[in-house]
Amino acid sequence: MTATVSSPPLHAPGVPELSRRRRTRDVLATVMVHVAFAIAMVPLVWILYSVLGHGWHLLLDSTWWTNSQRNINPERAGGGVYHAIFGTLAQALICAVIAVPLAVFTAIYLVEYGTGRLARAVSFTVDILTGIPSIVAGLFIYALWVTTFGLQRVGLAASLSLVLLMVPVVVRSTEEMLKLVPNELREASYALGVPKWKTISRIVLPTALGGIVTGVMLGLARVMGETAPLLILGPYASSINTDLFNGNMATLPTMIRENFGLPDQPAIDRMWASALTLIVLVLLLNIAGRVVARFSGVKK
Amino acid sequence: MAQRIDVKDLNIYYDRFKAVEDVSMTIEARSVTAFIGPSGCGKSTVLRTLNRMHEVIPKATVTGTVDLNGRNLYDRDVDPVAVRRTVGMVFQRPNPFPTMSISDNVAAGLKLGGERNKAVLAEAVERSLRGANLWNEVKDRLDKPGAGLSGGQQQRLCIARAIAVEPQVLLMDEPCSALDPISTLAIEDLIEEIKTNYTIVIVTHNMQQAARVSDRTAFFNLAATGKPGRLVEMDDTTKIFSNPGRKETEDYISGRFG
Repeated sequence: MTATVSSPPLHAPGVPELSRRRRTRDVLATVMVHVAFAIAMVPLVWILYSVLGHGWHLLLDSTWWTNSQRNINPERAGGGVYHAIFGTLAQALICAVIAVPLAVFTAIYLVEYGTGRLARAVSFTVDILTGIPSIVAGLFIYALWVTTFGLQRVGLAASLSLVLLMVPVVVRSTEEMLKLVPNELREASYALGVPKWKTISRIVLPTALGGIVTGVMLGLARVMGETAPLLILGPYASSINTDLFNGNMATLPTMIRENFGLPDQPAIDRMWASALTLIVLVLLLNIAGRVVARFSGVKK
Repeated sequence: MAQRIDVKDLNIYYDRFKAVEDVSMTIEARSVTAFIGPSGCGKSTVLRTLNRMHEVIPKATVTGTVDLNGRNLYDRDVDPVAVRRTVGMVFQRPNPFPTMSISDNVAAGLKLGGERNKAVLAEAVERSLRGANLWNEVKDRLDKPGAGLSGGQQQRLCIARAIAVEPQVLLMDEPCSALDPISTLAIEDLIEEIKTNYTIVIVTHNMQQAARVSDRTAFFNLAATGKPGRLVEMDDTTKIFSNPGRKETEDYISGRFG
């Protein structure tokens, strides 16, 4: 625009002012949006406040991170949560090792290859799996592992039940991320004489990597906090057990459960501190996931 | 290197819809052939059958033959992946790979084709970028993301990427439609330079561009919406634009419709 063309005055004749009606609506909508936000924040802040307030002092003690609860009675303070952290991380890791490839390959099938009836059936099954209550997943693995095969309730069995819960979450998130990769990139790759599988593995997956990692982290966060199947398949143990194939193995959720409902103050403190530890663990994993996602995939 | 293409009795379908009907044409080696015509007449569709990109779309099929150097690309035992290595393509919108640096983008075709030798790759990157008139602008930032370039530079990067695998034919689907006039000029100059080594087919909506860059021009049209597109005529560009053989060609290039 050149300088000779002056912009019209703000209230030029024929340009109506913002009507009172619209102004009122604007204010109303703004207030409602902010109030809704504030209400949504209340439980979040409240949870963090109570968990931090009740649990933080135990986390400052180094034995909390290095010791187990072996030989420590509910009425006695002391001991740590190492055994439960180990159990939670080990079971989540095994779960991820099984679930992530399964879920990512399923998502690749659904987005890149699947057409027709089979793809619809797979997609429908994933939907059903998403809706399965976690306790049912626990019961299913119990029926398979203990009733059918006659095996013991060990860490691995708990991991397997978590797989059932993690797979649908990761399938759906990965699917969405793969769909976001523009078709133009696939075509560009095909046009260079790159076969389809290589286009997927070297162009499509790296482009979607950030989102896939985020989805995996969300799935991990979900299974790490999952309690119901562990109540069935993962009995609590107060000592360190590093063997996923033998014996009871503590996890943070079962440790919380173990210390819940006891009259003794040390047990109550341990319950809150375990809850805080679980939140911190999930938070750290999320941060790690974001860092990984940032340094790989799409370059900015 | 460059080779001619003989298209015979080509019918192109999207599922049951016949998009293009009965196209026969010869595309000369070491020359630029322009496809012009109104929207929906099937010129991009025909272009995409020349490197078997058409069939990437679900349920898209082709009948007829496309001979490259006497070999029908649609023979049963021909590998479409190999065809696309011989017949490269540049798209309407620049589409560099967002996960890759400038040099990785150019080397993508070779790397994904199995080439590991760093010296060979570096040599190909420089040669292709020089060939695409982009080397001087990017030689100091080869490891920077390709998506950080301007639109015109990105398109030249895509041309560099396409010629890095040393195809014999280069297909360009409206390569300048997303670019400003200066970038368009750069691409047109580039086409003029590289046509000595390649057979180039370019789809364009810009008639001046067709007149400027091409040696031969094919005019496509369709009888009505929903009817298949067809090749109306194909001739030397100078003849098409000065003295076309058909009335509808003249109407189109003089702007009476389309």
